[in-house]
Amino acid sequence: MKRIQAIAVASQIAEAREALLISNLGYPSRELYAVRDRRENFYMLGSMGLASSIGLGLALALPGRKVIVLDGDGSVLMNLGTLATIAHHAPDNYLLVILDNCCYGSTGSQPSCTSSKTDLAGLAQAAGVERVRRARSLAELEEALDSGLDEGGVVVVRVDPGNAEVPVVDLSPHEILQRFMRSFLPALPP
Amino acid sequence: MSKIDPTSAVFAGLKRAGVDFAASVPCINLGQLLLLVSSDPEILHLPVTREEEGVGLCAGAWMGGKRPALLMQNSGLGNMINALASLNLLYGLPLLMIISHRGLEGESIAAQMPMGRLTPKLLEVMGIPTFAPAPEQAEETIAFAWRAAAFQGRPAVVLLDLNFWREG
Repeated sequence: MKRIQAIAVASQIAEAREALLISNLGYPSRELYAVRDRRENFYMLGSMGLASSIGLGLALALPGRKVIVLDGDGSVLMNLGTLATIAHHAPDNYLLVILDNCCYGSTGSQPSCTSSKTDLAGLAQAAGVERVRRARSLAELEEALDSGLDEGGVVVVRVDPGNAEVPVVDLSPHEILQRFMRSFLPALPP
Repeated sequence: MSKIDPTSAVFAGLKRAGVDFAASVPCINLGQLLLLVSSDPEILHLPVTREEEGVGLCAGAWMGGKRPALLMQNSGLGNMINALASLNLLYGLPLLMIISHRGLEGESIAAQMPMGRLTPKLLEVMGIPTFAPAPEQAEETIAFAWRAAAFQGRPAVVLLDLNFWREG
């Protein structure tokens, strides 16, 4: 499956379940923005590696709200410690979805370590994450997201390398943050 | 007259600032503080694996309505500069950073000295407000540092060197 198809499925389920979405920098954010822009999407523009951590902090602060993180293999490899922290502290309203295309897709598709030996689902399990799911098809992904949203944990989705031809996210960082926070904290002053 | 305990002063500052979420990477000088933070039912405390991870956690927690603090040693500043710039400074996210400042007067470990000297300069060049109170002023200064962070939408740092921890 193409990554943009996986993102489309995830964003559809996120909308149906009223989940907040944190999306990784680069093309994943652009693809999400093109497929289904919502106020409930937080588009990360920098700080590579930290999508999973931002989502975990948000999920802990908002226990009544589902939080999905759309991350990548390169970004998780850059912040592998996050898997240990998730294992120890992640609440059941937190779901980390790793879109594993085995390469650094936003910088020219240089291969990452998951292209040969490294298994991120195995790493998550070894870190102590109890609910780790794998998906290789859109049907498996739908099932993994549905059950994953009830129980939390990590989903590793194998997707094809390559980016969709989609424009950049033409929102300022301030706009992204303000509309995102207002979607769940409506009492914020204007 | 008995002097104020440095750890108690920092903890009182966190409470006065309204901190209810803390991420930490340990330092020997923060040992007692981390115990106090961990046992406070009003503070959600997450030990993290790397300082940069704590920046991400605190950013998400703040978006969710928490008042976050990151407790760490200055050696970790080098692990998080991109995150402070391309997350906090880019989006305007506040963060209170309580930093044990090693590598200055009285330091016994040579490896602490380069970052010890560089820490204030790095913070200055990033435009991050920095405070270095004595124990007597720590409570008030920490509360003020959070207000500065919240008002400016950026990190604020409280640097606590070896002399700070030896006083009291």
